[in-house]
Amino acid sequence: MHLGESTRECEYSQISTRSSTPMETPYKKKTPKKRKWETFPGRNRFYCDGRIMMAKQTGVFYLTLVLILVTCGLFFTFDCWFLAEQLTPIIPVIGAVLFLFVIGTLLRTSFSDPGVLPRATPDEAADLERQIDVANGSTGYRPPPRTKEVVINGQTVKLKYCFTCKIFRPPRASHCSLCDNCVERFDHHCPWVGNCVGKRNYRFFYMFILSLSFLTVFIFAFVITHIILNSQRIGFLSALKDSPASVLEVVVCFFSVWSIVGLSGFHTYLISSNQTTNEDIKGSWSSKRSKDNYNPYSYGNIFTNCCAALCGPLPPSLIDRRGFIQSDAPQLAPPTNGLPMYGSTQSQQSHKQVNTVDCHLQAKAAHCDCPHNSGVLLQGVAHHTGRGPEPRTEAESHVRARFGAAAARQIHLKARGGGISSSPWSPLQIILMLGLN
Amino acid sequence: MATEFHNLQELRRSASLANKVFIQRDYSEGTACRFQTKFPSELESRIERTLFEDTVKTLNTFYAEAEKIGGQSYLEGCLACATAYLIFLCMETRYEKVLKKIAKYIQEQNEKIYAPRGLLITDPIERGMRVIEVSIYEDRGSSGSSSGSSSVSGSTAR
Repeated sequence: MHLGESTRECEYSQISTRSSTPMETPYKKKTPKKRKWETFPGRNRFYCDGRIMMAKQTGVFYLTLVLILVTCGLFFTFDCWFLAEQLTPIIPVIGAVLFLFVIGTLLRTSFSDPGVLPRATPDEAADLERQIDVANGSTGYRPPPRTKEVVINGQTVKLKYCFTCKIFRPPRASHCSLCDNCVERFDHHCPWVGNCVGKRNYRFFYMFILSLSFLTVFIFAFVITHIILNSQRIGFLSALKDSPASVLEVVVCFFSVWSIVGLSGFHTYLISSNQTTNEDIKGSWSSKRSKDNYNPYSYGNIFTNCCAALCGPLPPSLIDRRGFIQSDAPQLAPPTNGLPMYGSTQSQQSHKQVNTVDCHLQAKAAHCDCPHNSGVLLQGVAHHTGRGPEPRTEAESHVRARFGAAAARQIHLKARGGGISSSPWSPLQIILMLGLN
Repeated sequence: MATEFHNLQELRRSASLANKVFIQRDYSEGTACRFQTKFPSELESRIERTLFEDTVKTLNTFYAEAEKIGGQSYLEGCLACATAYLIFLCMETRYEKVLKKIAKYIQEQNEKIYAPRGLLITDPIERGMRVIEVSIYEDRGSSGSSSGSSSVSGSTAR
């Protein structure tokens, strides 16, 4: 993060958590309830009413799908008959099993939530800002990049503050600039699967590339076998003319084998040493950095690392995509003039506060070199200052219903009911076979 | 100022939200879900230290149980993989079962311990497992606008 040129204009100000008063926005009871995915602040695409979640750019994913489907289709149509007759019918069966496994894991990787961390609620963000202020001391300048150090298993790890999500990122989490989300145990953003690869879908990704390597090698080997066996009977050129599709398959498989087998090997290494692609590229745990540098997350032996990555418990999704956006909950007001004011008593103050925040944020976005898309910062705030958290128990809902009208939307920020995806987690109802949590 | 609420209904009727305290995650043992057991100063006048610490420690135990890597989780993982994850159409993952237990525990704690003291704990899953949010309520009748000032830390920096 760099300080803006005109730091005076980039005056650091507190996040406003105050929404407008009940008088300004009459609550429309007849509006149909929206699901949370419709107001998700990240740059993701949702399908099937929130059941499927992908990145914004999905072109390459369709290419992957087409390549796999076409190659396998050609293999089953043209080569399998010959191989089943000449060798054994088990070959198409194994091919089919591999193909289904590949498609299954691909769709599972692409469609599931990689482990997105929901953005902080306005109250949380304000609380963090207060704590950071206390730590830095208010100087009137924009504060330096925020980090927190924590010691994990003897290694000092720096936790960075994410300006978009307004949280201190947990260790191993990273912000994906393409999807504009913080993802837990972020590995990389894979355009081939059209999604980020993170904590929740890493095992599916690994199984996808592993099974795809087997499938590619399998098809390659048996298409070559087919051509050789056929050319022994009718000659090489005739064999090629007989099944031109085989030539295409060989070409596709030949080029795929190198990259996919290589990638599988690389990820096998990563899994066995319990690292992410991100950490490996940065050399975070490399012994070249310093003699005492070691990976604090590794379990010590390869077998345990592999088991933990592939067979460990699958955490649930933290963003409740299909939950309904509830009516607004009470939020705390920011302190004004050093004195905190609570309840619904400060209508004028709230507007001024919010307008100030708006201007400051625009200044921030304009002048500051933010690693994340600064333009989204405003949008992020607009989303943040919309709805509040949802009640989970009956008692809480009663308490909050009382203040429902009090925490309405901020009209001038055009918050379209932008809710932080703070989620009452609901039991899984996986509809698609290869759907997701 | 100790405001007494005899039950959640009373809290409902006469309370207003005064402050929120956030218990952050404790990453000193890795990325597993664990919350700091440090007692926040804002709650000093509201609840006994031991009660609060017990709640947080129990929650930490629950999360550790959910994320435990052992025989049962391996079995579940392998079975799930073998059935192409279709098994989860019929049964819940262990993590989800534990999350339900946690939700029940938090509700119990709220009803028995926290609501009578004018506090309310929000399930961390609703906050993306980042924080345990403790909402502090003040009795509407007895508090004015300045009553919450003592419980806000750091605001004097402004």
